[in-house]
Amino acid sequence: MGEAAKVAGARGAGVEAKIPVTVDAGFHVNSNHPSEDYLIPLTLSWTSLGALEGGAVTYPPAKLEKYEFADKPLSVFSGAFSLTASFKIGAKAAPGPGVASGKLRYQACSSNTCYPPKTVEVSVPYQVQ
Amino acid sequence: MSAFRFSAILSTALALGLVAGCGGPSAVRAATLKPEKDRKTAPDFKLKDADGKVVHLSDYRGKVVILDFWATWCGPCRIEIPWFMDLQRRNKDRGFEVLGVAMDDEGWEVVKPFLAELGVNYRVMIGNDLTAQMYGGVDALPTTFLIDRSGKIAAVHVGLTSKKDIEDGVEQLLQAPAPPPAPATVASSVADQPGGPVASLGAR
Repeated sequence: MGEAAKVAGARGAGVEAKIPVTVDAGFHVNSNHPSEDYLIPLTLSWTSLGALEGGAVTYPPAKLEKYEFADKPLSVFSGAFSLTASFKIGAKAAPGPGVASGKLRYQACSSNTCYPPKTVEVSVPYQVQ
Repeated sequence: MSAFRFSAILSTALALGLVAGCGGPSAVRAATLKPEKDRKTAPDFKLKDADGKVVHLSDYRGKVVILDFWATWCGPCRIEIPWFMDLQRRNKDRGFEVLGVAMDDEGWEVVKPFLAELGVNYRVMIGNDLTAQMYGGVDALPTTFLIDRSGKIAAVHVGLTSKKDIEDGVEQLLQAPAPPPAPATVASSVADQPGGPVASLGAR
């Protein structure tokens, strides 16, 4: 697991962090808005923002894919994609580096098997200028 | 910008490898059962069902058992469960039982409503990591074990399979000659004790 590219800005500035994700070929994860209530969505939440504020996450457009185990197409992510988090650097932030931390929860399946939901740590390094 | 990969996906090969070691998906795909000499005893477990009653797999020795590891969030599992309900309904008087092991972290809170909604007609327990490890580290769901009357694993289905494959396997096991009675080690040890089984029955 890696981390997003470092973001940098002055106090009060808005910055965006791209969080890259790759799902191996032959697998998919449920999107942030799964087609069925019982499916577990992909969610990114922040546990520590440091000098950053906000952190609203923009998810990519989901794909609708049909699988043998579901009657209707499912809203999923697969392959390589990025999540975008929008922050604002705190007005009183001290100049220097820091790291915002979060958790990405997901649940993956192939065309005929599913794997337990898991949570991975996500970190966004930043530099207050 | 460095990408990271989902750890579950990285662990996929390992999980499939472990399960393959228990039975081999390729053998199951042809709806064949392992030769009796190659079957290994299904690990016994002690789990509670929805009524809080303790279930041991060994309680079902002498019956053909489908042991299904599943979860409510697993789409393929939801396809198979009605098949198992049908098998249970049709074969319950032939020495056959389905046992479900739900792997939901939220436990009965999510499993009970699901069972009620579907009207599941067989016993379901909440599984745990230990149970999964006993069965080769079950990670991919559904994973279904076909267990013969001797309590040995005759086949393993990893992932959604065909209803016919499962039905054929169950039917083969049901039609197999009954195994010779196991050495009566438990009965004899109890009978050797003061107040053994005969005395207990007489006292009732």
